[in-house]
Amino acid sequence: MAISPSSIEQVIPGQGAMAQPSAAPGRAKRRRFRFLANAKAATGVVILAVYGLFAIIGQWVAPYDPDARSSDVLQAPSARHWFGTTHLGQDIFSQILVGARSVMVVGLIAGVLATILSILIGVTAGYLGGAADEGLSALSNVFLVIPALPLIIIVTSIVDQASDTLVALIIGCTSWAWGARVLRAQTLSLRRRDYVEAARATGERTGRIILFEILPNLTAIIASGFVGTVIFAVMSEITLAFIGISSISSWNWGTILFWAQGQQALAQGAWWWFVPAGLAIALLGTALALINFGIDEFVSPRLRSAGRTRIRTADGRTARMRVGFTPVLAPTRPVPAPREEVAP
Amino acid sequence: MSDPVLEIRGLRVDYGHGDAAVHAVRDVDLTLHRGEVLGLAGESGSGKSTLAYGLTRLLPPPGVVAGGQVIYHPVDGPPVDVLALSPAQLRAFRWAETSIVFQGAMNSLNPVHRVSTQLLDVIKAHEPKSTAAARRARARDLLRLVGIAADRLDSYPHQLSGGMRQRVMIAMALALEPQVVIMDEPTTALDVVMQRQILGQLAELRERLGFAVLFITHDLSLLVEFSDRIAIMYGGRIVEEAPAAQLYRRALHPYTDGLLHSFPALRGPRRELTGIPGSPPDLRAMPDGCAFHPRCPKAFGPCDKELPPLGPPGDEDPGRTVACWLHPAAAPLPR
Repeated sequence: MAISPSSIEQVIPGQGAMAQPSAAPGRAKRRRFRFLANAKAATGVVILAVYGLFAIIGQWVAPYDPDARSSDVLQAPSARHWFGTTHLGQDIFSQILVGARSVMVVGLIAGVLATILSILIGVTAGYLGGAADEGLSALSNVFLVIPALPLIIIVTSIVDQASDTLVALIIGCTSWAWGARVLRAQTLSLRRRDYVEAARATGERTGRIILFEILPNLTAIIASGFVGTVIFAVMSEITLAFIGISSISSWNWGTILFWAQGQQALAQGAWWWFVPAGLAIALLGTALALINFGIDEFVSPRLRSAGRTRIRTADGRTARMRVGFTPVLAPTRPVPAPREEVAP
Repeated sequence: MSDPVLEIRGLRVDYGHGDAAVHAVRDVDLTLHRGEVLGLAGESGSGKSTLAYGLTRLLPPPGVVAGGQVIYHPVDGPPVDVLALSPAQLRAFRWAETSIVFQGAMNSLNPVHRVSTQLLDVIKAHEPKSTAAARRARARDLLRLVGIAADRLDSYPHQLSGGMRQRVMIAMALALEPQVVIMDEPTTALDVVMQRQILGQLAELRERLGFAVLFITHDLSLLVEFSDRIAIMYGGRIVEEAPAAQLYRRALHPYTDGLLHSFPALRGPRRELTGIPGSPPDLRAMPDGCAFHPRCPKAFGPCDKELPPLGPPGDEDPGRTVACWLHPAAAPLPR
């Protein structure tokens, strides 16, 4: 595993003063795809891409209509029904495929909405301070203690036929407060940094300072907040469907679990009814968490270089890179014992 | 000359490895004798700090020691190769035998702990059998040693001035009475009065405790006054090494000469401050031959073709070495 030249650039000081021999054209390209060079991030992105693909084309590639009943009642997984069938002979594989869309849509909309709200409120409160901070902090404190799930249950019970979008909007509007509080705390510590003070002293507009000086420092927190909210939104939606609050006419993985629970799948030994949906949820959560790790390492150069710790020396041994214990690549020779030989 | 305490032989330190490696320190030979102050000077990026961290194996990734030997001679017992030590041995070796005062050391103290906590911690870690009272007495002694009243022991770092914090760091480095103290620009952030005070104390302490100092700085004027011998680094190599007075009186390498002419003398006739034209070489694309030849005012025939070996200059001065074709080595040092 070779250290790419770009990571060395960060180490050698005085780079600008030194003569630049040649800028390798391949380097810019490599840097652009560096995020995907991270094994964790790449795995997460691939899994998420597959989910996204199913969310888009699931309805058309599903082998059966998820609502269609058949005579194959409660069958174990087979070549005809990959994930088995329900008590009404519905194909569970098709239900999972069709259900992917609603899960992904709700997760994405709620995640984006909550992230935007948390940035707007958290960063503004942290940067402006004073009365604006007090007001916005009070607002986020209120939203922090609102129990999201009961609120969603109440709102969705008022509206009959609550759509995915409505559920997503409610989840997004109730789950931004934690992110806003974290962002506010980080902004508070950033706003007195020298480079921010310098930008203020040169008369930059507040909006520009926030966008160009402060926000880039918050990328990792924003990204992890987004991923966390998406996971929370997906879980909330599935919970709602599972307890039968949202409409059971449209399919998502919670609906499958709702029916599995209602028909006592476990007691009947029909593991295929709930295991695939559970795995799908778990895998989505894993993919999002992996992307989160990848973003952390991508944004923070310290974490990034820590990722490559094992190197192979010319004579085939492996050495471990570790702070405080610099590896020695050449084989060490024995120390000459008599002191007379040593002195020059 | 007294016994060597630390011998560096053919030390090579790289950033990265394989084809992408940048050779920051190349084949450096340096000997530190017992109880002497060896100054290491050079421009930014010449490899001074990399050398110090490489020989103590403190270099963070992607730094690696590519080869060579660092032989430490304890007061009693056989010499050890620092590069061959296991992590556990290295932990025991550090601080007790070799300690280091880092660049910007005054920010190395933990702001949430009292000075006493941090000072006692290291003594406790290396001498677990000592009693609490003995450790505390030792800590008081150490502070008094560096000229800080012992009642500041329970201060927090922010209650001390920059110079005091620096001296606390020096006291910490001396806590276990190491044989070698490496100082990496320990006074760079301080004003000249405080620099002088600290260096004076350091010289005094060395007289009393007899440790050897490897003093890294880019301030050659400081070294001329304070150190016994001076080694000049350029482009990852030692280009000249001589007793301080000899080096100041007659620098052989044009680079040393340039460094010496970049600060004014206090007495004597006025002279032109010339400095050195150009900028340090790119370590990824070093010039052929002598690394300094593109900037050297006296470059001639062999300079851009062959690397001058480090050795004693032919004419006089047996105590010094230089790597320059103007003063071809009578006999290059044996490897």
